[in-house]
Amino acid sequence: MTKKNTHTGEFYQRDRYMHPPAYAEIYKTSVPRSPKQALISIENSLSEITGPTFGHNDLGELDNDLIKNYAQTGDAIGERIIVHGRVLDENGRPVPNTLVEIWQANAGGRYRHKKDMYLAPIDPNFGGCGRTMTDEDGYYFFRTVKPGAYPWRNWVNSWRPAHIHVSVFGTAFAQRLITQLYFEGDPLIKKCAIVNTIPDQDAIDGLIAPLDMNAGVPLDCLAYKFDIVLRGRRSTLFENRLEGN
Amino acid sequence: MPQNLNYLRETASQTAGPYVHIGLAPGAAGFELFEKELGQDIVGPNAKGERITITGRVLDGTGSPVRDVLLETWQANAAGIYAHDEDPRHSEVEAGFSGWGRVISDFNSGEFVINTIKPGATPGRNGATQAPHINLWIVARGINVGLNTRIYFEEDSDAHASDPTINLIEQLHRRDTLLAKKTGENTYQFDVVLQGENETVFFDV
Repeated sequence: MTKKNTHTGEFYQRDRYMHPPAYAEIYKTSVPRSPKQALISIENSLSEITGPTFGHNDLGELDNDLIKNYAQTGDAIGERIIVHGRVLDENGRPVPNTLVEIWQANAGGRYRHKKDMYLAPIDPNFGGCGRTMTDEDGYYFFRTVKPGAYPWRNWVNSWRPAHIHVSVFGTAFAQRLITQLYFEGDPLIKKCAIVNTIPDQDAIDGLIAPLDMNAGVPLDCLAYKFDIVLRGRRSTLFENRLEGN
Repeated sequence: MPQNLNYLRETASQTAGPYVHIGLAPGAAGFELFEKELGQDIVGPNAKGERITITGRVLDGTGSPVRDVLLETWQANAAGIYAHDEDPRHSEVEAGFSGWGRVISDFNSGEFVINTIKPGATPGRNGATQAPHINLWIVARGINVGLNTRIYFEEDSDAHASDPTINLIEQLHRRDTLLAKKTGENTYQFDVVLQGENETVFFDV
């Protein structure tokens, strides 16, 4: 007999002490793009506890393999890695069948984007985006190359640590999240203004993927583990349903 | 020491950055990779209701359009039903209707265009009714945590008077920042002001 899922109430309040504030002086672009007025807190309604759903039919076979999904003449160049982990909620429950999308620079730190003018070359065999669905246990994986660090205009000599952008949906619009994955041991993490918009060291550590020798493929590629935690939901014991019927 | 609660903590947000299009709208970044880009068709072929187009720009604190923004929309169908299994009426949604869309601003003008249908009123908490609205989530370079807001429609002023969310906004003139302005028979204008005078109301959902 399966246990009834009673976690169908509101989502737990987002902990704003561990997310970056809208206005972060060290990250200059946030200065004109940050609201000055306080956010208005609203209780969840159907508008927030629902959200888009996706199916495996929406995806292509190579969508989670960035080494192959834009290959023209051969594999993408760079250090071959697997990125894998689970999408969980704050109650520790897996989030199954949810869409995970990633994008990144190539091994030289150059993005395939008409607005990226960095002098490192484009890799003709690397697009830089991928997507996948978590399985029943919330598990997901990608194969890609480790992205390079690159300079950006914040201070004159600012460099982004190697990172992969990660977008996750969860089951509800209230869980929508975009974040960035960093790699264990990268000395640029400490120096990065975007990383340092996050006021909480534990929250920063939660974005750093450790090397996971057990998940790599011997004589082929290394692996990094990256678990993603989305907002959890309250139990509905002793409560009415949100839609009020 | 008391027992440990053993909750996990939500992963911290980081900006989507200037190259968000590579991952979420690669066609706009200048290349084709996925067979099917997601979020291009909000309503599908069978949706009932009024087809509408909402045009707008996201403006920064200096009044300049944000030209690298990505917006996601989430809405009910014309009968006020979300295509999601937690809406008790979800089986009544038209085949092919998703209610979710993804649009980006034009790299030059900053203008975005949402093609959809006007949603119906939806059930609120404790038997209340929510006026027709589209939920909006906004990410871009310089936005550290995605911003949530709502698009309401100016002609629904009677429904707005009893909308539980609009009524939480203490400063009455700020409520107008959530209204799409009718510019034609099926067209609306909705600008988002990130900061400063007429700053849009954003929600912590």
